[in-house]
Amino acid sequence: MVLPRALARGWTAAAARAAQRRRRVDGEGASPGPEAASARAALYVHWPYCEKRCSYCNFNKYIARGVEEEVMSQCLVTEAQTLLRMSGVQRVESVFFGGGTPSLASPHTVAAILEEVARAAYLPADSEVTLEANPTSAAGSRLAAFGAAGVNRLSIGLQSLDDSELRLLGRTHSASDALRTLAEARRLFPGRVSIDLMLGLPAQQLGPWLGQLRELLQHCDDHISLYQLSLERGTTLFTQVQQGTFPAPDPELAADMYQEGRAALQEAGFRQYEVSNFARNGALSTHNWTYWQCGQYLGIGPGAHGRFVPQGAGGQAREARIQTLEPDNWMKEVMLFGHGTRKRTPLGQLELLEEVLAMGLRTDVGITHEHWQQFEPQLSLWAVFGASEEVRALLEQGLLLLDHSGLRCSWEGLAVLDSLLLTLLPQLQKAWQQRISLLPGDRPASPARPGGL
Amino acid sequence: MWTVVGRGCWRGRLQVSRVTRWLLGPPAAGSWATHRRCSSADFEEKFDMSRFPVENIRNFSIIAHVDHGKSTLADRLLELTGTIDKKKNNKQVLDTLQVERERGITVKAQTASLFYDFEGKQYLLNLIDTPGHVDFNYEVSRSLSACQGVILVVDANEGIQAQTVANFFLAFEAQLAIIPVINKIDLKNADPERVEKQIEKVFDIPRNECIKISAKLGTNVESILQAVIERIPPPKVQRNNPLKALVFDSTFDRYRGVIASIALFDGVVCKGDKIASAHTQKTYEVNEVGVLNPSERSTQKLYAGQVGYLIAGMRTVSEAQVGDTLYLHRRPVEPLPGFKAAKPMVFAGMYPVDQSEYNNLKSAVEKLTLNDSSVTVHRDSSLALGAGWRLGFLGLLHMEVFNQRLEQEYNASVILTTPTVPYKAVLSSAKLIKEYREKEITIINPAQFPDKSKVTEYLEPVVLGTIITPDEYTREIMMLCQARRAVQKNVMFIDQNRVMLKYLFPLNEIVVDFYDSLKSLSSGYASFDYEDAGYQTAELVKMDILLNGNLVEELVTVVHNVKPYRKNVLAKCYGGDITRKMKLLRRQAEGKKKLRKIGNIEVPKDAFIKVLKTQPDK
Repeated sequence: MVLPRALARGWTAAAARAAQRRRRVDGEGASPGPEAASARAALYVHWPYCEKRCSYCNFNKYIARGVEEEVMSQCLVTEAQTLLRMSGVQRVESVFFGGGTPSLASPHTVAAILEEVARAAYLPADSEVTLEANPTSAAGSRLAAFGAAGVNRLSIGLQSLDDSELRLLGRTHSASDALRTLAEARRLFPGRVSIDLMLGLPAQQLGPWLGQLRELLQHCDDHISLYQLSLERGTTLFTQVQQGTFPAPDPELAADMYQEGRAALQEAGFRQYEVSNFARNGALSTHNWTYWQCGQYLGIGPGAHGRFVPQGAGGQAREARIQTLEPDNWMKEVMLFGHGTRKRTPLGQLELLEEVLAMGLRTDVGITHEHWQQFEPQLSLWAVFGASEEVRALLEQGLLLLDHSGLRCSWEGLAVLDSLLLTLLPQLQKAWQQRISLLPGDRPASPARPGGL
Repeated sequence: MWTVVGRGCWRGRLQVSRVTRWLLGPPAAGSWATHRRCSSADFEEKFDMSRFPVENIRNFSIIAHVDHGKSTLADRLLELTGTIDKKKNNKQVLDTLQVERERGITVKAQTASLFYDFEGKQYLLNLIDTPGHVDFNYEVSRSLSACQGVILVVDANEGIQAQTVANFFLAFEAQLAIIPVINKIDLKNADPERVEKQIEKVFDIPRNECIKISAKLGTNVESILQAVIERIPPPKVQRNNPLKALVFDSTFDRYRGVIASIALFDGVVCKGDKIASAHTQKTYEVNEVGVLNPSERSTQKLYAGQVGYLIAGMRTVSEAQVGDTLYLHRRPVEPLPGFKAAKPMVFAGMYPVDQSEYNNLKSAVEKLTLNDSSVTVHRDSSLALGAGWRLGFLGLLHMEVFNQRLEQEYNASVILTTPTVPYKAVLSSAKLIKEYREKEITIINPAQFPDKSKVTEYLEPVVLGTIITPDEYTREIMMLCQARRAVQKNVMFIDQNRVMLKYLFPLNEIVVDFYDSLKSLSSGYASFDYEDAGYQTAELVKMDILLNGNLVEELVTVVHNVKPYRKNVLAKCYGGDITRKMKLLRRQAEGKKKLRKIGNIEVPKDAFIKVLKTQPDK
């Protein structure tokens, strides 16, 4: 596979290989570069096409009848360039190709995007560059080509090791395809392969599912994500369950699977560094870490989400951005305007803090006082949560910890975070309102701090 | 507030289904675009409707239980008569909406005029769409009143099902010629002889009248067309009388206004005529008339006995209500009998999942009701769920389809409260009678139920249900019916091992999860259908429990069993789509705050909804 354009520039295959040998990140993800937080970002690239619709998936994806890849590729490159300029981001810490099925894209497309990023901003040689790969569309030679294009980490949508479950999910691959792809991926990207495993499928039982997990532990690399199936309206599986074709997944059973699964992973030396994510040997995903730490990220491609301060365009506030969903419309917009941003919502300070809280608590380290202070220098975690009766009840039940290092979930608490947030979010809102009503005389300077970061 | 329940608990019901086409919107013009086009000379000749004297016209419809092959048969009939090209992929070509395809329910056989040569004469065969489901009983009866006969399709493997029976009796009561057709004789387990016997036993139709076909393979389908000509009489109409036309369907097209489907009982209608509606007394000028072949073909004129469409500047479907009579301006005629306005039988609250989507949902509801005047809409609001509406539907399927269309066509996500039925109360309090200005009132929102001290009696709607099941499940089904306060009316073996049960049910007993229970205790083999059977006096004590707002108390006791700290959503973050996750969390937190205000209970909303889904003891 020859990739002349990619090789011609700074972002080279050699750099990619160097990245594979990179030092492992221990602890809190990427080491920040010298730039200010507002000049750094992660980049998410959405490839919207799939071969076939999975029965459970409600992501923004399309079954393409002949993708004009040349045009698509050019548009992704253009949008990356535009958003990088608009955001004023100078350093891209990680790139994630998600979808859809990005492993269906040509390695040339991947190379072209990375090349553009490296041209328009600084893309360090050891930046994490992940590609989501589907076992059937990712033969070894293709994976190698993606490696040559600059990808240095793979996330394999394995989902299950049971062929009948894979059929139920509408996946195109079999369990043996999955294991073969996994082995191939590990050979090409040692220490840099993640797998997704689902739990809580209709009719799935605890014992056999744990069996799958144990078998996977024999074959897997250093990163695993466990996801509970969520039945989404509009999917085939949702309809089938509603019509009684399949039994509805039992949430109690799913909770048991999750508990047993995380225990098994812990025993196998994995650190649960986030609600759904497990890593050993320090193989945490820095890209996702950015999401949980409310770092900036740019989203390019149809339907991609982003969160950044459009500094290059004179913006002050951090914005939640969504790109146009339909690939054809998105391409038209990119060709006309340089980007297909459909929706921009400036985030208020309280909204941002809610995100810091909800995302931060998903990680095992939780929210440190320092981290919180970066977003809200005046109102400390103690001030928000320290006096609340309800929060105290959660602390006493051992679900939550608030101490000198910060606020975080206990091992038990991490499993029921969504329920904890139903207490914590209203408490934050309450404290925020009280602060506003107390403040005017006190803090003249601070309201002008719209976006954080 | 007490009616909050998530959707889905009564969902299995949709399998008995078949939906009328007005509900599913105007015929999608695009889907016809590929069908055969005539040369213009051909066209002129073919669409001069005066060529068809009444004796060469047959008006009929196809009725069947769901999945018994009505759509496939319609495809074949369209092909045989050259209405559409014979293609391998004419597979249920008329099912255009996602909701139809996904459910295997069919809107199918949009009214189509077929031209067929038989023994030297050219016949005009009008295949008239009838919604095959009892929710639309009234509409079915109106459609059937435009027909002189029906093709009753029964699956050679499954035999007679509940919906077959309901449909048969509608046709029988309308005194239509009935052509029984046993379909799917190509199937391995087909047993046409057994089905013949069932038809003889249940419908009293001689065995030799059954036509055995495979619509899929086309086997013996042509003989149906011959039977239509030979066994169904031509319409009894007078071309020389003044115009009398029945509206049996209407759809809304945003560019052309209302498109009414009409059947001419007398007279002629011509482009440019001034016409009037017997129901609204409004007058219109006819802009366009024509036949459906199956796409719209303008014809200048339609004559008595013929069936087609009419566009006359009507702006909303309520101006062309099903059952209405149209006549020439200043030439009024006796309206056709049986007109009544649509009467909703099932009510439910509908709320946006997210209040910020209220306006979007509102515009989606408005657009959908443009095509469906039978949905009634009242604004409503709930403490826990915010602003929404109380909607009235003809039945459960109607409600389900409406909701699904909101989701699929308008991408709206809604919470539907438990469906309730319209109760009546006969008032004793003079003060209340004065207030309501009548003695007998209908209550569509249980929150407004008058106290029993002010009431002589309560009435509840009842339906006559038909259940057909293999006999090994009879005992359990009878117990289920009893538990639902149903009164047995009839039990009959329709063959050696199949039983038909008839029960009178209080409607509120079947609106929530009856069909699901029936299906699960019969391993899916029992079928169910029902028809309106008026009102009956309701037991006061029971009604009290259900309706006096005590349900919140019941909730408290049930809620204690919920483990609020179990559920967690570990959904994958979609490319950093935090917004969705945060929305969900904020909404849940908001719901929790509100609930706390109501009952001092701390339970997330989804758990709250889940609790209400499980029915309290009956």
